[in-house]
Amino acid sequence: MAMDSGAPQRSFTLGMLLYDTRYRSYTIQIFALILLMLGAAWLVDNTIRNLAALGKDFSFDFLWSTSGYDISQRPIEYDSTYTHGRAAIVGLLNTLILAVMACVTATVIGVIAGVLRLSKNWIVAKLMTVYIETFRNVPVLIWIIVVSAVMSESMPAPSAFRGDTPDASMLFDSIAITNRGVYVPGPLFDNSLGTVSVLGVQPSLDIIAVIVVLALSIWANVRLVRHAAKVQNATGIRPKTWWKSILILLAPITILLFALGFHLDYPELRGFNFQGGIQMRNSLLAMWLGLSIYTAAFIAEIVRAGILAINKGQTEAAYALGVQPSKTMRLVILPQALRVIVPPLISQYLNITKNTSLGLAVGYMDLRSTLGGITINQTGRELEGMLLMMLIYLLVSLAISGVMNVYNNRVRLKER
Amino acid sequence: MKKSVFLGTLAAAALAGGFASATTLEDVQAAGTLNCGVSTGVNGFSAPDANGVWQGFDVAVCRAVAAAVLGDPMAVNFVPTTGQTRFTALASGEIDLLARNTTWTFSRDVDLGFTFVGVNYYDGQGFMVPRELGVSSATELDGATVCIQTGTTTELNLADYFRVNNMSYEPVPIETNAEAQQQYLAGACDVYTTDASGLAATRASFETPGDHVILPEIISKEPLGPLVRQGDDQWADINRWVLNALIAAEELGVTSANLEQMAAGTDNPEINRLLGTEGDLGAMLGLSADFARNAIAAGGNYGEIFAATIGEATPIGLARGLNAQWTQGGLIYAPPFR
Repeated sequence: MAMDSGAPQRSFTLGMLLYDTRYRSYTIQIFALILLMLGAAWLVDNTIRNLAALGKDFSFDFLWSTSGYDISQRPIEYDSTYTHGRAAIVGLLNTLILAVMACVTATVIGVIAGVLRLSKNWIVAKLMTVYIETFRNVPVLIWIIVVSAVMSESMPAPSAFRGDTPDASMLFDSIAITNRGVYVPGPLFDNSLGTVSVLGVQPSLDIIAVIVVLALSIWANVRLVRHAAKVQNATGIRPKTWWKSILILLAPITILLFALGFHLDYPELRGFNFQGGIQMRNSLLAMWLGLSIYTAAFIAEIVRAGILAINKGQTEAAYALGVQPSKTMRLVILPQALRVIVPPLISQYLNITKNTSLGLAVGYMDLRSTLGGITINQTGRELEGMLLMMLIYLLVSLAISGVMNVYNNRVRLKER
Repeated sequence: MKKSVFLGTLAAAALAGGFASATTLEDVQAAGTLNCGVSTGVNGFSAPDANGVWQGFDVAVCRAVAAAVLGDPMAVNFVPTTGQTRFTALASGEIDLLARNTTWTFSRDVDLGFTFVGVNYYDGQGFMVPRELGVSSATELDGATVCIQTGTTTELNLADYFRVNNMSYEPVPIETNAEAQQQYLAGACDVYTTDASGLAATRASFETPGDHVILPEIISKEPLGPLVRQGDDQWADINRWVLNALIAAEELGVTSANLEQMAAGTDNPEINRLLGTEGDLGAMLGLSADFARNAIAAGGNYGEIFAATIGEATPIGLARGLNAQWTQGGLIYAPPFR
C-alpha cells in the first residue's frame, strides 16, 4: 500500500470502484439508488398492469359526481345532492375539528397529570401512575369503544325525558345527556349579520365578528401588559392595570353580543329527538374522550421527563430566592422544560391527528369514513381514494409539524 | 504494480412481475377450496352455527358452487366481509365468489367491474321501529335517528327517500349488522333500515321480536345475488348455471330426496340434461357431467334451501312472495338447460 500511495497519477481502473475508498461510497449509493428505482418502477408497472387487467382507468373524476349519501356531522352545508369532493371536505373538517379538540384536551390533562405524578403527595403521585400506566398500555381503539359503549348503553334515551314525571332530567335545565349524544345550549343571534359566501362555504358573519373582536381585545391587552412591564423596568413601579385589562377584554365583546341580540338556544325535546342547541354526537364524544385520555397519558410522561431533565439546582435556587413552589414550577421549571417537551409533543399531536381515522369504528364521519370509506365503496375508486387520502393526511401532518417546529424554535434554549 | 481486476456480478433480483394467467376455475381446482365472501353474520343468510360451521341462504350458494366445481360442498373457505370491504376483497382476488346479499346495480355491474351471475333473492329496503314508538308508516319518521350500514345501497336509498319526502333524519353510520342491532336495541337510534329480509333476520334474533314492527313501506328494489370478477366468462358462467341449476331443480321437482332416483334416468329430457345423464352440458363449462347433481346434493334445490334457512318454518319466517317460482306467481325463473 505504501508503494501505491506514493504513485503520483494512477490511471482509473474498474476495480477502484470497489476497493478505493474515494469511490466506494458512490458505488454503493448508486447501486442502492438503482435498486430503489427498480423497486418503484416495479410497483408502478404492477399497478398499471393490474388496473388494466381489471379494466379500470385512473381518474379523479368521481370527486365531481353526486355523492348520494348523508353525513350526520356537517360543519359546512352538505346533503346527499352534493359531490363526493364536497363530502371529502366535510370529512376533512370533521377530522380537523376532532384533532384540535383532542390535542387541546390531551395537552391540558397530560400536563396536569405529568406534574402531579412528580408530586410529593404519595396518593396523588400513585394515582397518576395508575392512570398513566392503565391508559397508555391499553390500545386506543378499545378506549374509544369503551366510551362509545358506555354512552350508548347506560345513558337515557331521549324518550326518557318525556312526560310529566320523566325518568331522566336535563342538567341545569340546559344540558341533555342522552344515549345519542350530549345536547348543549348553542349561541343564537337575533340581529344576525347574515352569512358570507367564501369558496362555496357560508361562514356566519356573527361568529367571525365575535372572533375578530376577541382577538383585537386580547392583542390590546397584551400591549397594555407589555407597556406596564416597560414602565416597571424603567421606574420600578408597576402601574395598576387590572381594571383596564378587564375593561379591554370584556367591554367590546359585551357591547357586540348585546348589539347582535345574543342569547342561548336551549335544546328541547321535539318529535323523536332533542332539537336546538348544539348536539355533540356519541361518535364525536367517544373519539374525543378516547383519544384525549389515551394520548394524555403519553404527554404526561413527556412532561415528567422534561421536568426531570431540569437540574434540581434550578428549583433550589428559586426556593433560595423565596419563590413559591407553584411559581417556581410555572416561571422557572416549565419554561426550561419546554425545550425538552416540545419535540416529542409534536409526535403526539401527529399521532392524535392520524388516530382520528379510527373514527370508522364508532361511525364518526371523518376523512377516512367519507372519502376513504363510503366514497370508495360507492365509486370503486380504491386506488385514487386511498392515494388522495394519504396525500391529505401527509399535508395535514406536515403542516402540524411545521407550525410546532416554529414554536419549538421560539422556546428552545437560546445559545448566546 | 499489482493489477487486480474485480469482476463483480450485480445480481439484480428478478423483478419481472409475472402474472398468473391461470383461469379462476384452474386456480380454485388447484387450491382445492373455494374462497367465498359472506357477511360477518346475518342469521339465516350467512352465520356460523354453534359448531362454527357456516350456515344460511347465501352460504348454500357457496356450497353448491364448491360441490359443482370440486365435488365437495364443504371445501369452502368462508371470508367474512363488511359492506365496505366486500368489493375490494373480490376485486383483489382474495375471494372468488361474493355471496353476501349484495344488490345488483348498474354501477356495480358496469363501473366497478363485477359480473352478477343472477338473483337469488328479490328484496326491498324496509324500516324497523320499536312498537312502543307508535309509528305505523315510514312517512311519520321525520326527524328520526336512523341506524344504517355504511357502504350499502340502503344508505343511498335512505338519503333519496327522506329528501324526496321532505323529511329530515339523523344517520348513524354502522359497520356491521351486529353493531347495528346493539345500537338499535340500546335506543341509540329510533329506526333500523336495511333490506327487509335482513330486518326479519335481525328481528328473529331479538329476545322479544314482538316488540318491534317492520313498517309496510318498501322503498327500493334490491335484487340480491352472487357476483364474481368481470373478465373471466367461464367462471361467471359456472356460477350462473349452478344457481340456475338449483332454481331449475325446484321447477322440475328434483329434490335432495329423489335426486338419486332421478339421476338414474327419467323420461323428462330436461331433467336428464340437468343431471348429466343426457348431453354434455358439464363439459361445455369445463366441469364434470354431474356438476348440477353435486350442486343439488349439497343442500337441495332452491326451494329446499329457502325453506331450511329463511323460510316460514324457521325463526326468520320469510314468505316466498316475489321469490316463488315463476309458475307460482313469483320472479324466480331459470333459463332452459339445453
